[in-house]
Amino acid sequence: MDPGVPAPSGSPSGASAGAAAELAELLRRSARGDRDAFASLYDAMAARVHGLAVRVVRDPAQAEEVTQEAFLEIWRTASRFDADRGSAVSWVLTIAHRKAVDRVRSAEAASRRESTYHQQNQSIDHDSTADAAQASLEARRVRAALTQLTDVQREAIELAYFGGYTHTEVAALLDLPVGTAKTRIRDGLIRLRDTIGVGR
Amino acid sequence: MTDHDQTNETRQEWNDVHALSGAYAVDALDDLERARFESHLRNCPDCREEVDGLREAAAFLAVDPVEPPARLRADILAGIEAIRPLPPVVAPEPQSEPDDGRRRWLTTGAPLLVAAALVLVALATTAWLRPWADDESTPLTATERVLTADDADRFVQRFDDGSRATVVVSRSEGRAVVLTEDMAPAPEGKDYQLWLQDPSGDIDPAGLMPDQADATVLLEGDASDATWAGITVEPDGGSPQPTTDPIAEFVLDA
Repeated sequence: MDPGVPAPSGSPSGASAGAAAELAELLRRSARGDRDAFASLYDAMAARVHGLAVRVVRDPAQAEEVTQEAFLEIWRTASRFDADRGSAVSWVLTIAHRKAVDRVRSAEAASRRESTYHQQNQSIDHDSTADAAQASLEARRVRAALTQLTDVQREAIELAYFGGYTHTEVAALLDLPVGTAKTRIRDGLIRLRDTIGVGR
Repeated sequence: MTDHDQTNETRQEWNDVHALSGAYAVDALDDLERARFESHLRNCPDCREEVDGLREAAAFLAVDPVEPPARLRADILAGIEAIRPLPPVVAPEPQSEPDDGRRRWLTTGAPLLVAAALVLVALATTAWLRPWADDESTPLTATERVLTADDADRFVQRFDDGSRATVVVSRSEGRAVVLTEDMAPAPEGKDYQLWLQDPSGDIDPAGLMPDQADATVLLEGDASDATWAGITVEPDGGSPQPTTDPIAEFVLDA
């Protein structure tokens, strides 16, 4: 397997292909109803999923709900994981991210975001991915890769991925012409992909 | 959107849609854009491959682990006891994922059938409560009566991708009909829901759109003095009140 495939956060010491293959196997066994395999999957991925949920929704209680929703969805849809299309880590985090974004975009959350909008906006600068991600080898790789992006690409990706904003909102936040934020996000992700050496 | 429409996409349109792959990979599309892009994905292996690769890259961003409380583990492991894992997709696959549409039907068909049954019940009840409308025996008839009414007013909304939604309201019939053309399917796990607003400002659910690009749907509820009709994207089965901004709205002039 491609050594560049992301490793589970549960093994912060390194991005080993073996760990990635093991996660994929845990997903396959979960699809067959193997609760022990699912528990192992949870133990390997919970901190990373929850870290993402906390980062996006911010409110600790809601983040816990998002983490729970994500894992129940992962259990329910494990049979849809296709190792030919991507890594288990990416598949799990895609589900978690979608749940988190759905949460912050729900009408109920809209008003709350409104009131904290400015504060969020200010916190982005010093709470950036590059600063926060120091814990692991993987994090160092990400930090290095992020330096390859332009400032606008990095900001656009962070606002979208961690802020849960749509590309249209990102364009407004960054004073970009309407329709260009999606291009910045795509270009930035492509550069990130190529720098880290994932994808196809 | 149908396959036929896909093949007729101009190069520019294709590029515009393709450019959404990054935003899609990080969930930065609104519900309508997401629906359209997923519709495009079903016919575009290049985009699927790109999205897969960009999601791998995005996963690297989530590298700040936070340990959840221990009770969450217990809650989740208890929670899965009540959930049956979905079966794998085993349909024959002439293309990479031609079963997506069918899978949506499998997962969303039942609620839609329930909704359709509820519409029928609602219509039957309406007919029973309004004996003067005794020939209003089927939804089709009521729909036709609205569409052919002398006082039928049409309100059209066009979307950037060329799709169109039209609301036809007949005050004398007291009903409204929505017609869609080339509408992208609702995103996975979502339905398009219809709404009517009365003069007091109350917004009432008026039914769900079927999962079809071209649909004709009779709105539930009294449209005789409705001031506004709207379509929103809601969780499967609909919501009691709109939870998202409308993707289409129609101010119904009295």
